[in-house]
Parts: sequence; structure tokens; C-alpha cells
Amino acid sequence: MLTDPTPTESGALPAAGLHRTRLAASWASPRFRLVLLGGVVLALTCGYLFTDVPGSLAFALRIRSLTVVAMLVVATAVGVSTVVFHTITQNRILTPSIMGFDAFYVLISTLIVFTSGSAAFLAFDEFTLWLVQVVVMVAFSVLLFTWLFGGKRRSIHLMLLVGIVLGTFFRSFTEWMQRMLDPLDFQVLSDAMFASLTRPDETLLALTAGLVVLGCAAVVPLLRTLDVLTLGEPAAVGLGVDHKRVVMTLFVGVSVMIAASTALVGPILFFGLIVANLAYSYAGSFRHAWTLPAAVLIGMICLLGGQLVLERLFGFGGTLSTVIDFAGGLFFLYLVLRKGAR
Amino acid sequence: MIALENVTKRYGGQPVVDDVSITFGGEGVTALIGPNGAGKSTLFGLVGRLLSPDAGRVTVDGMDVASTPSSELAKVLAVLRQDNHVAARLTVHDLVEFGRFPHSRGRLTVHDREHIESAIGYLELGPYRDRFLDELSGGQRQRAFVAMVLAQDTEYVLLDEPLNNLDLRHMTEIMRLVRRMADELGKRVVIVLHDINFAASYADRIVAMRDGVVVADAPAREVMRPDVLAAVYDTPVDVREIDGKPVALYYG
Repeated sequence: MLTDPTPTESGALPAAGLHRTRLAASWASPRFRLVLLGGVVLALTCGYLFTDVPGSLAFALRIRSLTVVAMLVVATAVGVSTVVFHTITQNRILTPSIMGFDAFYVLISTLIVFTSGSAAFLAFDEFTLWLVQVVVMVAFSVLLFTWLFGGKRRSIHLMLLVGIVLGTFFRSFTEWMQRMLDPLDFQVLSDAMFASLTRPDETLLALTAGLVVLGCAAVVPLLRTLDVLTLGEPAAVGLGVDHKRVVMTLFVGVSVMIAASTALVGPILFFGLIVANLAYSYAGSFRHAWTLPAAVLIGMICLLGGQLVLERLFGFGGTLSTVIDFAGGLFFLYLVLRKGAR
Repeated sequence: MIALENVTKRYGGQPVVDDVSITFGGEGVTALIGPNGAGKSTLFGLVGRLLSPDAGRVTVDGMDVASTPSSELAKVLAVLRQDNHVAARLTVHDLVEFGRFPHSRGRLTVHDREHIESAIGYLELGPYRDRFLDELSGGQRQRAFVAMVLAQDTEYVLLDEPLNNLDLRHMTEIMRLVRRMADELGKRVVIVLHDINFAASYADRIVAMRDGVVVADAPAREVMRPDVLAAVYDTPVDVREIDGKPVALYYG
């Protein structure tokens, strides 16, 4: 007989089932946790919109609500793309930036400044610049992907490795060009290297939001399939997942989202790692229907909180990435150490 | 039945499965044995559509594995691989639920839940259903994965070395279970085994592979002969009869 040290009671089944339903209804349920996150986001949004208004409230609201929308777009792109990327690669310490998205963005900007000077860079039509960057980033990642994953080889790890090598190459090449720039040009360029969410161009913001929604539209129908992918490729294939087609769809969706948001506000993937891992430990479920929105909302909290600290505490004396990385990194470290101690 | 017709799979020019034609997966338990590198797991990979053959055709109940939608095959064929590492924290119940994915695409019906419950019950995992997989012993975890495969409710069940890293008691448990699945539930189980004595006492038929070729395919008793086993493993194997059962001795 199959026996185990723990006694098997006939009443164990319904009791366990009851326990499950009670758990689902309690404060620990994924739904409640998500609502709580939503509440925090709402409170921070109000705090950001309505406090410390220097002049006309209507004017401040118009400017600030644009920033909030930009944050939502960025948080969605970063949260969704990082979690999906983790699931595809079966690795939770990577971010999609490993594919060289950020590096490519910096390279393109540097190339423009390097070849035609900072004046030309500043005079460059915003829409053209955005479009060029989106197209180049998506084309690059999709090319890399189809080359190393779409063919007979089908190796995600090879693709990541090539991505790292190319990303490093872009970064070195960028650095080399930056070293040759005159200090004024460099100053202008470094401003563009840090993500800035304030005063986004309205048209570009709308376009980016559209692309992010499009990316989400590719991901959302695959939520349950993503859950199965957490078991790894062999098990997922055994359960009837068309692995190649699903991963292709997800990857293209993710690329479009990241490319559009990076082109809008600058390198943004830096906090994806923190956001995704916080979402895993907070969401209370491994299911993507819960972890994805949790990641987006935690991303919103990071951005809103970071922006508040940056504006109200430091009077813009820094960059958003510094604030988020510092606070988020500390918090993340705390989480890891607490888990390790348990 | 699962049929391979002149199937070849090469890794870097080296054939790992070499022009194999075989039909297996009849009623009961079929054990697939052979030394390391004989091509057993590759064969499973080809049948389980994780690998595509360089030549030949694989069919399951007449459905070509290469052209039939993966989701259709998942309703007749379940595969449990050797290494089952899961990055996310799943409970036993979550894992078994995945077995219903081919049927429900993730939206569980009452019927799906019945299958999940009976699979959990069949493997006596009731007390552990809300435990996380990383909180289970190796034997319990292996049973959870078998429960997932069982919940998939397929006619064919392919198990790739399910006894790896298990102690004596858990190995016997899994093998008894495999036997019961075949006898009581009518599953056609194909199982890769390293311990030929387990194959001899639990399988109806033994398929032996060596160097990418099938070298024996017969009722268990006929394969359990010193000359056959020595040829398969390239090592002297003595076979004695104990209580009417053939037992291989290869410890000397």
C-alpha cells in the first residue's frame, strides 16, 4: 500500500477544500492583496496630483495627469514584460534589458549627437526620433529572436547569450563615441540617458499607450498558457502548448511594449527586476492573472513614490532611477534576507 | 499504438536514434531499458514532440506527431520527463490542475475538478494537496507529478526514469502504482527503467535499446536472459530464478 508517516484521514479532503475557500475569502487572498495595492496606487496618485500646488490647480492637474498616464504606461510595459520574460526564460533574475533594449536606445541617441551635434539632436523632430527608435529596437529584437529561436535551433539560452554579447558591444561602442564628444554635447546627451516622466509629449504618449495596449492584447489571451509555461518547456509541450508559437507571440508583444516606452521616456527597465520579484512574493499566487497586475501596480507605486520623493524632497536634485533603485534595492534586499533567515 | 517508422535523430552527425522502426504501447506496462546513451530519452523526446526526427515518421494512434496539433496529442499522450524543476511556488493541487490544461485550456469545469480529485486520491496526496512542492519529500513530489499526468486522462502515459533518486520504498510505491494504473485504469504505460529487475517484475513487455537501435522487443521473461542482457549492457549479467521470477544479478 502507499502509506506515508502522516495518517490519511477520510475527512481530510473536504476539510482541505473548506480551508481553501476560507483562505480565498480572507485578507490573504490574491484578490484582496491586489485591491490593497490598487488603494495604495490611488492614494499616491491623489497625493501627487493634489498636494504642493504652486499656482493654478487646473494647470498643475493638466501637467501632472500627463505624467501619471506616462507612469501607468511605463509601469505596465515594465511589469508585464519582465514577468513574461521571466516565465519564458524560466529565470527570475533576468530583465528584458539583457536583449539590449536600453543599450540600443542609448546607442541611437549617442550616434545622432556624435554625427550631427547636440543642437541637431535637440532640434530633431520628437516624433521621428521616437518612431526610428521604436522601429529599430523592435526590428533588432525580433531579428535576434527569429534567428536564434525561430529556426531549427530553438534555444532561448543561445538567444540570451547573443543578446548579452551584442548589448555589451553596443555599450562599449556608445562609450567610445561619448568619450569623443565635446563636454556640452555630452551634457545634453546624458540628460537623455535617464528616464524622465515629466512633461511627455501628448501625441507620443498616446501612441506609446496604444502600442502598450497592443502588447497587452497579445499577452492577456495567453495568461493561462503562461501559467503552464512556469512548468518549463518540456512539461508545457506535454500539456499541449504550442511552445514556439506562444513564445513568439509573447516575445513580439513584449518587445513592442518595451521599445515604445523606452523611446518615450528613456531607459526604464532598471526597476523591472525589483517590481517583478516583489510581485511574486506579494501576489499570493503564481498565476499570471494575479502576478501581472500586481507587478504593474507595484511599478506604479515605485514610479509615483520615486517621483514624489524626487520632486518634493530633493527638488529635482537627482534622477528617478537613483531614487527607485536606492529605495527599491534596499527593500528587495530586506525581502531576500528575511526569506533566507526563515 | 505508438509507431516509429525508420526514425533517425542525429546530434552533430552522430545518430542517437538510428533508423528505428517499432510499434509499442500495447495494453499493460512496457519497459524501455538500455545503457546510458542508448537513445531512450531521445526516443521519448521524439514521441513527445520535444524533438523532431531528422528522418522517418512518428505516429500515435495513427496521428502524425509532426502535423497533429500539440493540443490534440496532449489528450491521448501524457509524458513525464526526467527533471521536473519548477521555478514558481506551486501547491500539489496547482500542479495536478495543470494536467487538465489540454482539456480545459485553464478554465476548469466540474468534470475537470472530478479528474483532479480522483488523481489526488489515487496517489494518496489528499493530506498534502495544499503543500508547496518544495515542502515535499522526493517521493511525494514524484507522486504529485504522476498525479498531474494521471489527471491528463490520456490513454498513453510515458514516464522517463520516474525512479531516479528515490529510495527503495518509494521506487516500489511508484512501480506498484504504475501497475495499478495499467490494470485498473486501462492505461498503456511506457516507462524508462534502469533497474532491470523492476522491469522484469512489473512490465509485461520489455524493449531494449543500445547505440540508438532496438536490440530486443519481447515479453519480459524472454528478455530476462543472460545472453540478451549481457549484449544490451555490454557487461556480464547472471539471471537466476527466485520463487518463479527471473532476477538479474549484476553486482559481481
